[in-house]
Amino acid sequence: MLKIHVDMEKCQHYGQCVFEAPAVFHLNDEDKLEYAATADDSQRDDIQLAIEVCPMQAIKFVE
Amino acid sequence: MVDPVVIVGGAMGGLRTAESLRRSGYSGPIRVFGEEPHAPYNRPPLSKEVLAARVDHAAVAFPQGDATADVEWNLGTRIEHVDLARSVVVDERGDEHPYSGVVVATGLRSRHLDLPAMPTSGVHAVRSLDDAIALREVLTPGTRIVIYGAGFIGCEVAATANKLGAEVIVVGKGPVPLLRPLGAQLASDIQSRQEAHGVKFFMNSRITRVIGGDRVESVLLDNGVEIWCNAFIEAIGSEPNVELLDDNDVDLDDGVRVDQNLRITRADGTPWANAFAVGDVARFPIPRFSDRIRRVEHWNVPTEMARKVGKVLAAQINDAPDLEAETSKAFDPIPSFWSDQFEVSLLAYGLIDEADRVELLEGREGSECVYGYFMGDDLVGVCGVGMRSAVMAYRTKVGR
Repeated sequence: MLKIHVDMEKCQHYGQCVFEAPAVFHLNDEDKLEYAATADDSQRDDIQLAIEVCPMQAIKFVE
Repeated sequence: MVDPVVIVGGAMGGLRTAESLRRSGYSGPIRVFGEEPHAPYNRPPLSKEVLAARVDHAAVAFPQGDATADVEWNLGTRIEHVDLARSVVVDERGDEHPYSGVVVATGLRSRHLDLPAMPTSGVHAVRSLDDAIALREVLTPGTRIVIYGAGFIGCEVAATANKLGAEVIVVGKGPVPLLRPLGAQLASDIQSRQEAHGVKFFMNSRITRVIGGDRVESVLLDNGVEIWCNAFIEAIGSEPNVELLDDNDVDLDDGVRVDQNLRITRADGTPWANAFAVGDVARFPIPRFSDRIRRVEHWNVPTEMARKVGKVLAAQINDAPDLEAETSKAFDPIPSFWSDQFEVSLLAYGLIDEADRVELLEGREGSECVYGYFMGDDLVGVCGVGMRSAVMAYRTKVGR
């Protein structure tokens, strides 16, 4: 099981992560980011890509 | 001993290339050369948080994972020349480093005014972390800053400096700031919003002299107006760092020309098999938009390019069966950028500067809205003021 953390102080809700890992990240009706704090190991690559494309570099795995 | 993959450029494009090589199954040696002394860091905060919140390298450095822990980083080392025919790079000491594959990710440097008798201090740029750290020392309440250049960097620095209490004057050559990247409507809207916060604009103007000896004292415009200031920021664009590829059979006209697999091409268009370019330095085709071969200075593009190069180069070195499948898929990214200035938060997809027509797609001008940018009948770009979900829904619709 993977643990994910988004620093919501940094997050500006650009939604770039949503395209890389839609199973984990989405924007809600108010255009604010929501995410699953845990994900299956099969999501690792997608989440890694989401980490890379985050303009604010706000996403990380929690070890 | 197999020759390493050499990545020339220690910024985001170089790091992402190393990561992609590992992710794509290349396990051989990777050697990165970077001219800056700092490990790869995120540049967009340079015009914002690094100035305003006075954060240091640790706050903007890209986190690096286990996959790239064995990459050899040679920071503070400039590569003078790449010899494509001999597959070696030559560093500033004259030492040669052979490679099995080379990736040029040298990026851009700030363009500087070519004026005589520039002052010896008080002239700033905003390209590197060190530039931003030097600049923030002068952005204090009551200082007067002249920014030359009304593009994204100029306008973002203007907003940040204004918030820090500096008096900010932007001088730009065009009729409105951000005209080329955003089109006239949105550009005028942003100018009005900036002016409401107290930023002053002198548009349709060129600076003909920067006056001062030890310190900047004033700038002189082509209409005779002289503006006194405590500091002067050049934000007049940038140029690609291609000189290391001189004396090769390559096309270096505004960036290094690469093909659909991002391989550097010879003058006759055929690719060098083991030489690639990634990021702002590269000029490449984006078939979904046009037949033009162009550079794209948008933040997400180096990462997309690095992913492509990592896959192709790893498959090539590993002699993997998926090489042909990978090289038959043309690199065809959807560029994206964003910008924050005061309360305005922009998010865009596509290539707005290819457009010949702008249309309001959703929302209300001057408020939250989405603009569409068209080339003929094709939607080539969208830009939203707010309205994130609405903008994102257009992402896959841009292109011809």
